[in-house]
Amino acid sequence: MSSQNPIWALISTFSLMSLFAVGGAAAAVPEMHRIAVDVHHWMTDKQFADAYAIAQLSPGPNVLIVTLIGYAVAGIPGALAATLAMCLPTALLAYYVSRLLNRPSQSRWPALIQAALVPLSIGLMAASALILAQSTDRSIAALLLTATVAVIAFVSRVNPLWLLLAGGLLGFAGIV
Amino acid sequence: MSPDSAPAAQEPDISTAHAPPPGLLALFLAFARMSLAGFGGVLVFARHAIVDQHRWMTADEFNETFALCHFLPGPNIVNLSMVFGSRLRGIAGGVAAFTGLLLPPTLIMTVLAIIYARFGDVDVLRRSLAGISCAAVGLLITVVFRMMTPLLKRMDVVVLVLMLGVFTAIGVLRWPLQAVLLVAIPLSVAVTYLMRRKVAA
Repeated sequence: MSSQNPIWALISTFSLMSLFAVGGAAAAVPEMHRIAVDVHHWMTDKQFADAYAIAQLSPGPNVLIVTLIGYAVAGIPGALAATLAMCLPTALLAYYVSRLLNRPSQSRWPALIQAALVPLSIGLMAASALILAQSTDRSIAALLLTATVAVIAFVSRVNPLWLLLAGGLLGFAGIV
Repeated sequence: MSPDSAPAAQEPDISTAHAPPPGLLALFLAFARMSLAGFGGVLVFARHAIVDQHRWMTADEFNETFALCHFLPGPNIVNLSMVFGSRLRGIAGGVAAFTGLLLPPTLIMTVLAIIYARFGDVDVLRRSLAGISCAAVGLLITVVFRMMTPLLKRMDVVVLVLMLGVFTAIGVLRWPLQAVLLVAIPLSVAVTYLMRRKVAA
């Protein structure tokens, strides 16, 4: 980090990552973890799990976990640089492609590629869950909380925000 | 998309009625509002605002636009704001929707980052965040299983092997994303293409 400008490291890292982020923000979490924790040592494992929790709890697109990573690296300029690097290049790409394919239903390739990407993006999201669980679920109580939330969210249509707040309360009370 | 809007105008036909294209400020404000309402994902709120509330697109147009954004890389909802805004008002509309979606939550997130940097070591906050993290992982597991259900029902072995392969490579072996996808995407496209041709034949 000392050998190069951290802002440029953020911009190059996240703009490249976004171009490979098929399946949305959740699918990019393992790669964010690998880069931020293992490669660049921008954050600890625990800080990354905290950042994920904050991003889930706040309004807006979940991809904004990159804002928190950017801030940890280089303060407010880092936060803005990471956010724009993650969001702007692919948005411009989407703009040009949408102009190119005014009617995407005419070709069968978009549908075929989309179908081909489905199992890959599910695999990526499952990997996110595993990596995050390894850093947060360090006790039996924590593991139980994760499992309970997963079951409740699966069988009911309760607003996810309540489940996050319930988790926060249990943590506040020192139970997990 | 609906050239026969003259006869339809008599009836309160929600699915085809179009509102006039919004101004840039209206686009910015609409996306800012859906973004701030969107705890744990913006898509539901975006669909409600664009299709039901403002009637800027029909349900079919929205699905088509979202499918395009889903198959492109990057955060889907961010792509959607740019594509949607530009379809209504050109590139300026795209920028207005993009900025509306991202600016307010980015400011909130930056404030939270400052608070975390200052008080992140306070024990009460640490414990609360740990609890929230556990719940957030639980929610993620639910999404994964919801998305997996149709694949499990079809019992498509090749597809399940591809999914398991990506999970193992990224989650267990911690290989770099680019390398894994450079192999997995062409492989999956080829397999899907061959399977569809077999079904068609």
